[in-house]
Amino acid sequence: MTPRIRRLAVPVLTASLLTLAAACGGAGGGGGADTAAKPGEKIKLTVGLFGDFGFKPLYEEYKKTHPNIEIAENVTQFNDHHNNLVKRLATNAGAADVEAVEVGYISTFTAQPARFHDLRQFGLDKRQGDYLDWKWQQGLSKQGGQLLGLGTDVGGLAMCYRKDLFEKAGLPTDRDEVAELWPTWEQYIETGKKFAAADVAGAKFVDSPGEIFRAMVNQAPTGLYDQQDNIIVASNPDVKKAWDLSNRLTSEKLTAKLAAFSPPWNTGFAKGAFATIICPAWMTGYIQEQAKDAAGKWDIATVPGGSGNSGGSHLMVPKQSKHPKEAAELIDFLTSKENQAKVFKEEGTFPSIPALYDDPSIQNFTKPFFGDAPIGKIYSEAAKALKPQHLGPKEAEVRVVIGDGLGRVEQGKQTPDQAWAQVLEDVKKIK
Amino acid sequence: MSALPLAVPRRRGRGVRHTLDVRVSPYAYVAPFFLLFCAFGLFPLVYTAWVSLHEWTLLEEEQTFVGLDNFATLLTDGYFWNAAFNTLSIGVLSTAPQLLLAIWLAHLLNRPMRFQTLFRVSLLLPNVTSVVAVVVIFSQLFGRDYGVINWVLSWFGAGAIDWAAGTATSHVALSTMIMWRWTGYNALIFLAAMQAVPKELYEAATLDGASSFTQLRRITVPMIRPTIVFVVIVSTIGAMQIIAEPLLFGASSGVGGGAVSGGPDRQYQTLALFVYEQGFTKFDFGYASAASWLMFLAVVLVAGINFLLTRRLKGGLG
Repeated sequence: MTPRIRRLAVPVLTASLLTLAAACGGAGGGGGADTAAKPGEKIKLTVGLFGDFGFKPLYEEYKKTHPNIEIAENVTQFNDHHNNLVKRLATNAGAADVEAVEVGYISTFTAQPARFHDLRQFGLDKRQGDYLDWKWQQGLSKQGGQLLGLGTDVGGLAMCYRKDLFEKAGLPTDRDEVAELWPTWEQYIETGKKFAAADVAGAKFVDSPGEIFRAMVNQAPTGLYDQQDNIIVASNPDVKKAWDLSNRLTSEKLTAKLAAFSPPWNTGFAKGAFATIICPAWMTGYIQEQAKDAAGKWDIATVPGGSGNSGGSHLMVPKQSKHPKEAAELIDFLTSKENQAKVFKEEGTFPSIPALYDDPSIQNFTKPFFGDAPIGKIYSEAAKALKPQHLGPKEAEVRVVIGDGLGRVEQGKQTPDQAWAQVLEDVKKIK
Repeated sequence: MSALPLAVPRRRGRGVRHTLDVRVSPYAYVAPFFLLFCAFGLFPLVYTAWVSLHEWTLLEEEQTFVGLDNFATLLTDGYFWNAAFNTLSIGVLSTAPQLLLAIWLAHLLNRPMRFQTLFRVSLLLPNVTSVVAVVVIFSQLFGRDYGVINWVLSWFGAGAIDWAAGTATSHVALSTMIMWRWTGYNALIFLAAMQAVPKELYEAATLDGASSFTQLRRITVPMIRPTIVFVVIVSTIGAMQIIAEPLLFGASSGVGGGAVSGGPDRQYQTLALFVYEQGFTKFDFGYASAASWLMFLAVVLVAGINFLLTRRLKGGLG
């Protein structure tokens, strides 16, 4: 090669190589699902979650009986997790073998049956008898009854409160007496006013109205959607009532103005910035993690306004998984009766398997962190009394819009009426 | 190229190769950039325009052509204009003081002093820090209940300010974060330009009794005018595209609201964040594409205005 040719060849080659590399970058991700692995072959399963599900000890156990399986867990934040899942389904690349989906998003994904494996083909329809019927139904596709997700936990409601702060405010601290303070939400607000009148330094009655609103709506027979998947925020009187009550928390100055799941909210747990918080079963694990120094100060009472469900998840297998059979087997294991009971005792997420609710090991289960509160009994009763509510495809998005409205009132930017008008406008725009 | 044939080719084959080399290799050298630019710059730009003319949702298989409907909706969407206002407000609040401060810092460093390199390197430190770290830390500094800034203000009798909740206050907080990251970087660019200004000018000015500030105003600024124009344009484009700061501020400030709405009242949602909200949380790609095209035009417009304004700065020593 003469120097001249080299001078010409090098850049041309570089250019074409670079282009080639760029072109190949996109192609690698595809690939279809190849079926059943050969026996003895090492298989790596990925599990995509949005928080600690308490599965880690279960993986270890599973690996003992399935030596060829490796399990990797990816945990992202709640919103990111679900948004990423949509993107990964649409681009057909990057989803985990097992994906957790929260109840606010479950209808979004069950409306996409082509993008998930029907778990019936792996025999998981045998599990139907184990489950709360409504929890089972939530995991089915809209038409055709394909089984797309198996339930993990349900979020039966209770109310957590700080005994030390209640005592300072001159309120009763025994959980039965506390429960008697607030059979209804109106009485809960009255209790809050008494708490505020005692002027406990550095503490408000409740964290923020957002999660309270969600709980109140969940207690109603119908919530944000009707059975035909129409958004009925504007016409459902129960939603408006929940809105008004939530804003009374603000107008009576009972809230600490700490938005749920934000860092200052976490700090609020540690500092004891609020005396009560709505407590779906999974929240107990969260409190325990955030308020490490507050062991024995928290306790649990029944929730005002009757039973309801807030949260809970399903596990699904995207079509792009290369090992759907193994993924389905893992789901079967993670959601089994024994393992749901185990996870409850560690993490607080409550089983969706009713046979457990009368099981003595659950009924008699107490937690020292919550002053030996009988959390097994409390959440069993809550779960048994649950009336299922239909959830629509954009449930989470509607909730964000209303949450923003409550926030505007809480921050004094709008009156409740102005905020409500804007909420209704925003809801109309949700497609 | 016209000057080249002076070298008379000795052999024909070599001549062709030579001409080819001279004519083609410059293009071959720049080709990698342009090929990559076409793949990752031009193609998305054109494709976005195409998408913006459709009703296009991520999970739907069908896309219907709707013409300019998305643009029409957008122009009547109050949240879009709100985002445009926030972008301009945060842009002005962060860029203007930032550039003045950067020139001043560069001026201070543009003289013989001990530990010169140390000072210059430390200017760049905030810029190499991860934006996540910067926003998380500043969100805590600007915290309502336990923030250092409110604590300091309380010495002067100020009540607790809910920085993230207010429109003006949240813009100030975000501008502070942006200034923290970029002032030093711009100061270094100014400093580099200032080093090229002939020292004799300053000596003469000093002999004439001009103060340091007069020298800055009358000598330095006019002499580094091209650099100022460049920095203003680049900062403007950067400011128009702010997204990471408000996105992370929303997640870490406890003000509530969806992570992408920029606070419950959208008080600090920028244009880029608006596009992100429409595209990647509502998956309304058609609408998001239309919004990003309008944003692109806005960036060109604002950068153009700034170019015209800064060009009118007096150049040279008049």
